[in-house]
Amino acid sequence: MKKNRYVAAAGLVLGVVSVSLWGCGGKAPAKGQEGAGEVYVYNWGEYIDEEVISMFEEETGIKVVYDMFETNEDMYPVIEAGGRTYDVVCPSDYMIQKMVENNMLAELNFDNIPNVKEIDPEYMERSKSFDPENKYSVPYCWGTVGILYNTGMVAPEDVPTKWSDLWDEKFKGEILMQDSVRDAFMVALKSLGYSMNSESTEELEEARDLLISQKPLVQAYVIDQVRDKMIGGEAAVGVIYSGEMLYIQEEVAAQNLDYSLEYVIPEEGTNVWIDSWVIPANAKNKENAEKWIDFMCRPDIAKMNFEYITYPTPNKGAFDLLDEELQNNKALFPDVNSLDNCEVFRYLGDEVDTVYNDLWKEVKSN
Amino acid sequence: MSKKLLSFPYLVWMTGFMVIPLLLIVYYGLTDRTGAFTLANVVSIITAEHAKALWLSLGLSFVSTAVCLVLAYPLAMILRKRNVGRGSFVVFIFILPMWMNFLLRTLAWQTLLERNGVINGILRGLHLPTQSLINTPGAIILGMVYNFLPFMVLPIYNVLCKIDDNTISAAQDLGANFWQTLTRIWLPLSVPGIISGITMVFVPALTTFVISNLLGGSKILLIGNVIEQEFTRGSNWHLGSGLSLVLMVFILASMALIAKYDKNGEGTAF
Repeated sequence: MKKNRYVAAAGLVLGVVSVSLWGCGGKAPAKGQEGAGEVYVYNWGEYIDEEVISMFEEETGIKVVYDMFETNEDMYPVIEAGGRTYDVVCPSDYMIQKMVENNMLAELNFDNIPNVKEIDPEYMERSKSFDPENKYSVPYCWGTVGILYNTGMVAPEDVPTKWSDLWDEKFKGEILMQDSVRDAFMVALKSLGYSMNSESTEELEEARDLLISQKPLVQAYVIDQVRDKMIGGEAAVGVIYSGEMLYIQEEVAAQNLDYSLEYVIPEEGTNVWIDSWVIPANAKNKENAEKWIDFMCRPDIAKMNFEYITYPTPNKGAFDLLDEELQNNKALFPDVNSLDNCEVFRYLGDEVDTVYNDLWKEVKSN
Repeated sequence: MSKKLLSFPYLVWMTGFMVIPLLLIVYYGLTDRTGAFTLANVVSIITAEHAKALWLSLGLSFVSTAVCLVLAYPLAMILRKRNVGRGSFVVFIFILPMWMNFLLRTLAWQTLLERNGVINGILRGLHLPTQSLINTPGAIILGMVYNFLPFMVLPIYNVLCKIDDNTISAAQDLGANFWQTLTRIWLPLSVPGIISGITMVFVPALTTFVISNLLGGSKILLIGNVIEQEFTRGSNWHLGSGLSLVLMVFILASMALIAKYDKNGEGTAF
């Protein structure tokens, strides 16, 4: 989902410069001359086991041209400009919706993707919030956002179970919040019992006031640093993406710490995010792209990728191949019924985005 | 002819990486999403959040510039008195940290100041009460002073080196005490270096967003943070550019200051 933001910022600066110098970026890739052709893949950084790429090339004879992006917002203008066309891309939920609304995606031909049957129907169902007819996307990774707490610093009777526990005075100076607009508002909106995709000004203002009232209790607003700060025992509770959990658990075990870090999905419900494969409307090698998606859905491949990325896989076949210990890891694979109140982020349009941003600025500057 | 040829790469560099990006900022700053001309982005500096962030940035930069000046001036005098040459080891030590990545140096301060960091570890070892140092305005000022101090020391040191020893001796011969020599001789003669140092500390301190993110825990919103967020969250490049234009006013003002007091470029850092 989100990697290093400073790298992203640097990339952005370079992007501006290159756009200014060369108009629409590099020249369009030449079509494959012979054999099975090529496939142009555009994925998140560190979001695949590279062995999988060469396996795909060997098995299909299709040459893979693989590029990476840092954020959804980086990826979007590249696809939109169309200077360099990609055949298969892996954006997140709300961005897929934005792309569908702007007619930037091609409908998938599921006859070419038989392995889609391996994807747990649960996630196809959840995908409908951004891809209503499951026409454009096939889930690749998913996860939740929850509260991480330090068993050495939180007494058993104080263990957080809901978002509103993050407003408890006893955690003063012990809370790490996410430093991003939608994630922060999700926490506040959910604890108020509203939808995290709320567009109502009153609800959003209420959430803003709630976040302002939380600020004196918050130690810091961070993104990637939540993980290391929690491992280092800097704070008692933090809001975190479930994808980090396997790393955290391994690190806590490796460092022989005298506390452990536990993950809770709050009762009010949370954000379920899904990153899915899609094919841009201007793709030149659509069939190869479908072969790629099909390959990614193959259980043994999905398992390899899961072991590399450690973000939960929506692939039922791959899940069945995992050790029982991993299967029972509730932080990674929560019970489906604990996800009852959960939602997937939706793209709300530029205007509503601006409202969120302005309210968030009011929180931060208060 | 050959001179023109030699300046060509520099010209390309200047145009491609300075003039064009700057023009892009102006373009973005003065248009809205539809591309129509507007002053709204620039004027938005007066909204409560932006004005507060700017005010806070000005305050913190002012304090850290003052601290830098107070620390740097005596240091530059000592360096001069010891008669250490420009290429000497002591000056080298001062420049050395600047070779290391700025981000790493700031992250190192995070490790030092954290609750379970080095400083609190030592305090705990000495059975002293631990301090909450990080995520405070003080931590941000510390980060600014640490990162920008060399930019204050070097220009002042450079102008001090150019003051003739005989001028000082003459003042002392005529009965001036230390205080009088300082206020009548040292300070007036080193104004170009001081002004240059102030600008070189104040401008980066005013625009920083990394230091406030890392050492302030993002709890303190500076104008640099506002601009960074408008860009990196992909939300509104136009507003970010508009606010950058406002900041440019401060930078232009300080350049004008240099031009006024440092006509001969004496106070340059290197």
